[in-house]
Order: sequence, then C-alpha cells, then structure tokens
Amino acid sequence: MGGLQKKKFERGSATNYITRNRARKKLQLSLPDFRRLCILKGIYPHEPKHKKKVNKGSTAPRTFYLLKDIRFLLHEPIVGKFREYKIFVRKLKKAYGKTEWSAVERLRENKPTYKLDHIIKERYPTFIDALRDIDDALCMCFLFSTFARTGKCHVQTIQLCKRLTVEWMNYVITSRSLRKVFLSIKGIYYQAEVMGQLITWVVPYQFSHDHPVDVDYRVMATFTELYTTLLGFVNFRLYNSLNLVYPPKLDSNAESEPKEESEDDYAMNSESYLEKLSALSASLARVVSSAEEEEAQLDHFPTEGIRSAQMEAREKELKQQEAQKKLFEGLKFYLNREVPRESLAFIIRCFGGQVSWDKSVCIGSTYEMTDETITHHIIDRPSVDKQYINRYYIQPQWVYDCVNAKVLLPVEDYFLGVTLPPHLSPFVEEKEGDYVPPEKLKIMALQRGEKTGNEQEEEEEEEEEEEEEEEQEEEEEDDNGDEEDDEEEVAEEKNLKKMEEQRSQGKVIFKVTPGKLKVENKARLEQEEKAEEKRLAIMMMKKKEKYLYDKIMFGKKRKVREANKLAAKRKAHDDAEKAKKKKARK
Amino acid sequence: VISLHDIRNTVGNIPVEWYKDFPHIGYNLDGKKIYKPIRNKDELDDFLDKMENPEYWRTVHDKQTGSDIVLSDDQVELVNRLQRGQFGDVNFNEYEPMVEFFSSDVMIHPITNRPADKRSFIPSLTEKEKVSKLVHAIKMGWLKPRRVEDDGRGRYYDLWASEDSSILARHRMHLPAPKIPLPGHHESYNPPPEYLFTDEERALWEQQDPGDRKLPFVPRKYSSLRQVPAFSHFIHERFERCLDLYLCPRQRKMRVNVNPEDLIPQLPKPKDLQPFPTTQSLVYRGHSGLVRSISVSPSGQWLASGSDDGSVRFWEVCSSRCMKMVQVGGAVKSVAWNPNPSVCLLAVALDSVVLILSPSLADKQVILSSERLLSAQQEGEEPAEGNGSVVWSEAEGEELNQGVRLKIQHPKAVHQVVWHAKGDYLASVMPDNTSHLQVYIHQLSRRRSQNPFSRNKGLVQCVSFHPIRPYFFVATQRSIRIYNLVKQEMTKKLQANSKWISSMAVHPGGDHVICGSYDCKLSWFDLDLSTKPYKMLRHHKKAVRGVAYHRLYPLFASASDDGSVIVCHGTVYNDLLQNPLIVPVKVLRGHVMTHDLGVLDVTFHPTQPWVFSSGADATIRLFT
Repeated sequence: MGGLQKKKFERGSATNYITRNRARKKLQLSLPDFRRLCILKGIYPHEPKHKKKVNKGSTAPRTFYLLKDIRFLLHEPIVGKFREYKIFVRKLKKAYGKTEWSAVERLRENKPTYKLDHIIKERYPTFIDALRDIDDALCMCFLFSTFARTGKCHVQTIQLCKRLTVEWMNYVITSRSLRKVFLSIKGIYYQAEVMGQLITWVVPYQFSHDHPVDVDYRVMATFTELYTTLLGFVNFRLYNSLNLVYPPKLDSNAESEPKEESEDDYAMNSESYLEKLSALSASLARVVSSAEEEEAQLDHFPTEGIRSAQMEAREKELKQQEAQKKLFEGLKFYLNREVPRESLAFIIRCFGGQVSWDKSVCIGSTYEMTDETITHHIIDRPSVDKQYINRYYIQPQWVYDCVNAKVLLPVEDYFLGVTLPPHLSPFVEEKEGDYVPPEKLKIMALQRGEKTGNEQEEEEEEEEEEEEEEEQEEEEEDDNGDEEDDEEEVAEEKNLKKMEEQRSQGKVIFKVTPGKLKVENKARLEQEEKAEEKRLAIMMMKKKEKYLYDKIMFGKKRKVREANKLAAKRKAHDDAEKAKKKKARK
Repeated sequence: VISLHDIRNTVGNIPVEWYKDFPHIGYNLDGKKIYKPIRNKDELDDFLDKMENPEYWRTVHDKQTGSDIVLSDDQVELVNRLQRGQFGDVNFNEYEPMVEFFSSDVMIHPITNRPADKRSFIPSLTEKEKVSKLVHAIKMGWLKPRRVEDDGRGRYYDLWASEDSSILARHRMHLPAPKIPLPGHHESYNPPPEYLFTDEERALWEQQDPGDRKLPFVPRKYSSLRQVPAFSHFIHERFERCLDLYLCPRQRKMRVNVNPEDLIPQLPKPKDLQPFPTTQSLVYRGHSGLVRSISVSPSGQWLASGSDDGSVRFWEVCSSRCMKMVQVGGAVKSVAWNPNPSVCLLAVALDSVVLILSPSLADKQVILSSERLLSAQQEGEEPAEGNGSVVWSEAEGEELNQGVRLKIQHPKAVHQVVWHAKGDYLASVMPDNTSHLQVYIHQLSRRRSQNPFSRNKGLVQCVSFHPIRPYFFVATQRSIRIYNLVKQEMTKKLQANSKWISSMAVHPGGDHVICGSYDCKLSWFDLDLSTKPYKMLRHHKKAVRGVAYHRLYPLFASASDDGSVIVCHGTVYNDLLQNPLIVPVKVLRGHVMTHDLGVLDVTFHPTQPWVFSSGADATIRLFT
C-alpha cells in the first residue's frame, strides 16, 4: 500500500485555470469592476485543451482565465482605486441624503481618480508595441470624437478624443505618412505608415449617430479611457520624434496663416485654438525651426547578386514613396461646401497640396474662391452657376483615387456630372489566379506609364482584356481536367460502343469506313501520361494526407470558381451596357 | 396756460375714477367744488386737434383737474433731461471733485469716535469651534487639500524614454489581438458592377443566418459621395470588436501552409514498372446473363466462364472464339480450372451441385490422364461415405456427351469452388450462418469429401489453398483464418478491418494475401508482419468484387462495381526486411454498368501480363 489516494482535479490542467466567477471572488470585485480591470489590463479568457478536466468533470459552459493572469491582477494598484471609488460613491450618497451640501462639494472635489500610465507602460513595453496596437485606439477615438456632446458619455471624454485625433491627424500631415485611403459604405478608411508600422483606421461619415440600445456604453467608455491614454502618450512621442511642440502649436511665421478677422466669431480663445488646429490648414510649430527636412538617403552598400537586386527594389520603392509624398505639391484646391471638408483637407495636406474653403464653412480658410491660382475645385453637385475657366471642377473621388494610384489620374473621368469610374479598395492585393477588375488593370497600366489617349485605344484594350480573360478561362478549363482534349477520343469510343451494341444485338453490319490518319500529338500524350501518373499517385495517398489535399484543392477550386463568377458577371454587365449604347446610337 | 388762481385739488391721491359720475372733480383749498371743464371733445375732435394744433405735442392732460395744460419750453426741457437720466437742474454738476474721507492719510479729526467693542479683544468661540472641527477632520484624514486639476496639457510625457529591452515572460506569451480584416472592393461606396448583388444573391443573403453570411453587409452603389448615408451598424461593429478584445479566448493557430504537390507521394513511374495490361484488346461475347466467374486454363490457351444464363462457355483466348458451350441448367456461381497442367478438368458450382467437366480441349495425352484421374476411384473400392450429406455420382446420357463427368451433390447451395495447386483436392463453400457445414474439401482421386471444421466461426465468404504449403485460408465476414491442414489447427487470424470481405487471393509466394471488401477497400496482408493489413487501398468508388494475383509478374488486380479494374504493381522482395512496394499502374475501364453492377470477376493470364474481367454486361474483356 502506498501513500494517499490521488484526488482528482488537484494537479495538472485543472489547477492552471480558474473560472470567471472564482476569479472575481478572489479579487473581491464586482462583475463590472472585474470587467473593467480585464479590459484595462488586457486579460482575456483562455480556452483549455481539455475542458472537462478543467471544469472538474462537468461540461457546463464556463469562461476560464489562466490562474497566472489572475494572480498578476492581484497586485494591481488600480484595484485599490476601484474600491476607493466605491467608498466615494457611498459617502456621496450619504451626504446627499443628509443634504450636507458642503460635504457633497468637498467629496466631489476629492473624487478619487486613477492614472493608467503604468498600465500602458506594462502592456506596451516598447513604443513599437504601442504603435502596433494603435489601430483600435484610433478607430475608437475617431468614433467618440463624432459623438454629440450630450447623453451617452462625458463631454470631457469627447473633447479629449477630439483633441487627440486632431493631434494625430496633424502629425500624419506633418510627417506625410498617409499611404492609402478608401471610401467605403461604412466610413472612410485611412492607412498610414508610421515608423514602419502600417496603421489603419476608419472614420465614420459626418452624421449624427442614432445610438443603438443593445450596446453597452460602459464597456466602450472603459476602452476609450485606455485608448485615450495610449494615444496621448503615442502622440507625445511622435511629436517629439519630429521636433514638434507638444501640445501642438500653430506655426506663427507660416505663410498660410489663418486670417485674424475670423477669430472674432468665436467666443473663447482656447476653443478657437483647437478649432484652428482641427481645421488642418496650418503647419505646426517646431522646437528647432529647421528650414528643410533632410531626407534619409538610402546608403549604397556595394553588394552583389540577389541582395543588390533586393536593394534596388527597395530603392525603387522608396523613390516611389517619395514621389507619392509630393503628389499634390503645387496644386491649389478649393473645397465646395458640400464635400467632406475634414477628410479632404487632411488628405490634400498630407500630400503637399494647398487647400481652402468657404469662410463660413469652417475657421481656417486661407484663400477665397475667387483666387485665380486655384487649380482644382472639388465639388459634389450636378452643376454649378459660375465656373472659372482656369481651374478643373472635379468630384471628390478623384483625390482618393489619385492617392491610391500614386499618380495624378486624368481628370476627365471625374468632371462635374460625369458618371464616376468605380472606386476600388487599395487594400486588396491580387494574387495569381484572383479576379482583377478591369479598372484596376487600367490603373496599373497608368502606373507603369502607359497612356490611353482616346477611347478607341481603350476599347482595344478592353477587347484585349476580354481575350485575356478568355484565355484564362481556357486555361482554367484545362486545369479542370482534360475534358476537351479527350473529346475526340470520347466520340470514337462512342462509335465503338455503338458498334458493339449492334453486334451484341445480333445485327452484324460489316462496313468498311475509310480510316483517318490519327495524328498523335506528342506533347499532349505526354501531358496525359503525366496527368494519369498524378491521378494514380493521388490514389496512393494516405488517408490523412488525402483529406488535407482534397481540402486544399477544394479551396483552390472554389477560388477559381468565385473569380470566374465575378468575371462572368462583369462580362454580362458590359454586354448589357454595350447593347444599351448601340440602341441609344440607333 | 396755467390759471392764475390756485385750483389745487385737495382730495389727495385717490383714483380719479371715483369722481367719474360727478360734475366736479374735487375741492379746492377753500372747500369749493372744482368743476370739470366742459368737455365735448370726441375722438374726431381729438384727431383734428392732433392734426391741426401745432401745440398738441406739448399738451398734457391733467387728470387731477381734468384740464389740458400746454407745457412751456422750460418744462419740455426738464422732461427731456429727466428722460435722458440727467439731473433736472441744468446747473447741477455731477462730476464735482471727490473729497476723500477714507484715505490713507491719518486726519486729525476721526470720522467716528466710538470706542472699540469688547468682542474685538477676545477670540471668537464659534470660530474656534469651526476651526477645531476642520483641524480634527484634517488630522483624521477626512479633509484633504484641494486637488490640483491637471487640465491634460502637461499630462503626457515620454513614457518610453527608458525602454528596457528585458521582455517579461508575460510578453513572450502575449498574443496580440488580430487586426480587423481590411475592406475589399465589395465595401466601396462605388464598387465595380460585378461586386453588386444580383437579385438572387440578395434573396439568398436575406435568407441566410447572419452567422453564415459571407459578407455582413449588402454592397451598395452610390453615384456620388454626397449621397452616401451614415452606416447604421458602425457603433455595433466597434462594440463587437471591443467584446472580441476582452471576451474572446485567443489561440495561436498554426496555419498549414503546404504545397499540395508535396503531399502527393513520390512513386516509381508506371512506365518503369512495365509490363502491365494497358488497353482493352478483346471482348468475348455470347453470354446472355451476368458472367459471375471466369477461369483460365493452366496452359493459357482456354478461358472458361460461368454465367447466370445457365451455361458454361469455353473460349479460345487469342481469337475470342467460343469453342464450346455446356448448358448446365442453373445459374453458375463459380468455375475453376484444374491448375494441374497434366489434366484438363473444370469444376463448376451451381445451385447445390459441383460438376466436374472434362472439356476435352487438350492433347489426347492430357485428356486420357484426366479420364484416368476421374476413373481411378471406380477401379478401387466403393467410396467410403464418410458423411451422408455429400453424394458423388457419375453423369449419364446427354450430360456425359456434353462433357460432364462427375456430380457432387451438396446439402446446400454452393457459392465457390477452389482447386488445390496439385489438382487432386478441391474445396467448396456453402455460406450459411447457422451451421458448421460450410466448407467441404473433396478428394477427386478417392471421391471422398470431408468437412474440416466442427464449429461455426462465422459466415464463410471464400476459401483458398496455400500454393505451396498445406495451409488453408478461410475468409469470413470480417477476418481471414489460416489453418494448418496437417496439424489440424488454426495458425493465424488476420483482421481485415473492413465490414464485409468479398474476395481473397493468395500471392504465388504464399506470404501475402489480398482481400477485397464490399466497403470499397482492398487490404494487403503481409503474413510475416502482422495480422493487421500492411496496406489498405481505397482506390475504388464502389464495392470490390474480385481480386487476383498474377502467377509470374508482380501484378495484382481488383475489380469493382464502379466498372473499373485497377491493376497495381506489387513487388514482393525476398529480403524479409524490405516491405512490399505497391504502386497502382493502370485503371482499366470498359465494362458497362448494368443493374448497378460493374465487374464481377477478374483473373490474370497464367503466363502473359494480361488480365481478364467479366462483367454484369454479359461480356468478358481481355486487357493486354
């Protein structure tokens, strides 16, 4: 007889996990507080490998946290603050009940607050970590900054979000790090490259929100609390990296100084300052005023072979990027009042253009509509009364498409009242075999420097494309199985079979037909042989591998099918359009 | 014009309405009634007066006396001054220089000369009380100094000023949340037309459960940017992202990034494994029912086939000519050519009879020797009727002319008949789940039958003799048993891992067995390795009906209901350490599916790399 009997669930994975309720009890927190703590500290549940073992034999659905994580939470100073806050609420209630207003005031003044600095530092030990995770923070802050200043959350939060987002946008403008933009039905997506990290965020269109009832704003507010802190520190660091003054100040000796007279319309100086910042029309003050940014030249290392090719590619990319950064340099834009001002001003300034708008739309306009040097007038209405002859009147999509194409696209397609070409997502990177919309092909051709002057060429191109598509289809068919190739043989076999049947039925017809010389296609034979070999080898696969192989092949085929479907849809649409055009001509 | 006499009214400050109904309006200083002036002015007169009288604007109606008074210039001036908020007196100076009474200069005459109160010399008790309360509160920590609000300007600093590269264990294990997938062309406000939904797609989208949808939104097209509305689910999506971030368990998933070509095993090329049958070269026609069974003579010149139409046909292999037909009067289940080349006999199983036929398709010598074998018993003593259930009888009359020599009557329907390699013994199978009388072994030379098993071990599917040694293979539904005939004991039991074995073949070397099963599998057993199959081949789509080994070449074939015969190369090495190499080399098609049945039997030519197959379409095909 040896030792004590082993008890179940006292060692192994059962001891590594803890249910949510037990964790809550261990931390002595209420559920909302526990939730807040998890959000702030970035603790998420874990799915144990053997749920039944961890759940002590029960199969009830439970959320499990790692015991280590919960132990880690035990020493968090914020937990103490949560308790203080609870006490504060109790005291305040009591004071209210006794109508001791001075006590209420005193308590209010000493409301316990906490800082999240140490949590940020702990969650993101390096700056790059923080940048990597900034996407969600930006999305959230941009959303909160569009909220109305009533109801759903504190006005201070909204103001802070507004301030931080404006700071962020100003940074992106100054560093010229915007890469891609996309007008989706959800909002406007932006992608910037900051310190080598691609950061994407989405900004909703400027409308008031109808707040859904099934959304817990407390959760969102907790996230926002964390995100504003994170974004603030990130902004500070980013401003410092560019030698900009933080909090941002407008450059006083810049040439595009907003006019002084408009200031009188605003009540408070501090408010109008933020407004002027958020107008995004003026450049920021620097700590050390430097005339020209020295551009980081890629040093040339004498290397050979593949690496040098890589370097060349990188250099080329860098050059392209530099060119993109100066996309709108020298252009002067004027925004009509119905276009999304903030977005367009942000983008145009990001690529070096000058931008202005009507004085009554927003503070910070730099020149009037009557300015003769304006080159592009962005307008989003079917017609306009008075047109200046020396500027293009274009629709806002032009700006977005230019940014994505990295070249200035021809303006003809975007004139006033013209049906716009489709707006494509810049985030889609087509791999081989994927469907590429013809518009994208056109843009790619433009990028390569090929110019399509008149429509005839375009049509030709379209035809070519169609041909290409057909070829593709053919290839696909080839891939699908050498059905076509076998057609002749199938026919022959059919004949033979027919004869066989006739013979078996007793109708023996002797007939001599002139034979055909069978031309043997060597390449084809070889191909067939290879295909058969492959088929036979597939038969010999192990069950597991066969399953995997089938799955992969299924996925591939589905992809091809989807691409084909899109191509077919496009073709049908184009045909319909052509027919319509012909009818119209007649 | 102010009247010269004093007409001051003495009634005092009372509402004038009280004298409304009287002719007088009050009393003067002398106590005489003051009569109202006779007023006969109506509105029209008033208006005319207003229009014509230049003094009208300075005429004031005195309610006290009821008379109209015209104001003088001084009076008008006074009214104007008062209206402007100035003093009535023109000469009054509002801005006289101020005399500083309460200045910093000490004057010789005090303003008040009152002595100081006593309370100004002693400390206040209430104040003391209040202060002591505050002091107590401060002492107890209830009262704290007012917090300085930081307005957020100086709130941020360089948090990562001292970046320490030491990464905590937590961060090593940390899984960053996956980023939100980036939007595709579908999401554009003005997508290419092919990305928009057609009506059917739209209907499908609406029908689908929100979890099953490929896209969580319907692609829309707007002709211009100003027409794009707010996205109603924006806050929802953000909220769901928040929930994902703090509620979803995270897991590192290793995505298999396999090139599918790498998964295909590298096998020797079929070209290098020739010879094997590749093309259909001959079709043997003549039967009118399913051809259940075929067998090739040991010389390789003749082919015998048994069909459901009740006939056994003999074909010449090279010319596909039917040399002979024997009507046996019943569906033939199985035919087997005697493997001994010095005799020419065929065993046929139909109903509950096994017939021994002598087709006389050979040299005279051979025919004679087979006749001798058949008649050997007659010369000796009468057959010892061991079991009364099996009856041996000679064929007579018409049957004898056709070539039927012997009839072995069984108690039950016979399904299969198999010869021993020497050609003297043959075994017959009568599948029956309930009895132990399922297999008989007959000895031809002595016309003796015996039932080797005394116990029922399951439904027997087929049996086979070991080609060299005295072993006997019995395939039941799920397993194959190997019996040693000399020692009269079971030596091995092979687990086929399939639901229902249909057929079995033994390698000419005797160390390997293949068996086909109705669940589409073919299992290869290496008797040296284990009782489990060395390899399971799932090549067929439907039930495997027949399997066969080639006697000389390393080939084996399987026939299936899907109408195909698959020929595989199966090299067996003499070296015990090397496992057999199995490579499928050819899929042979030709048989037509009839009644959901394809190929029923398959057999190899004894010397050439040819394979015969018989099908449900009443044909036999030769592939060379």
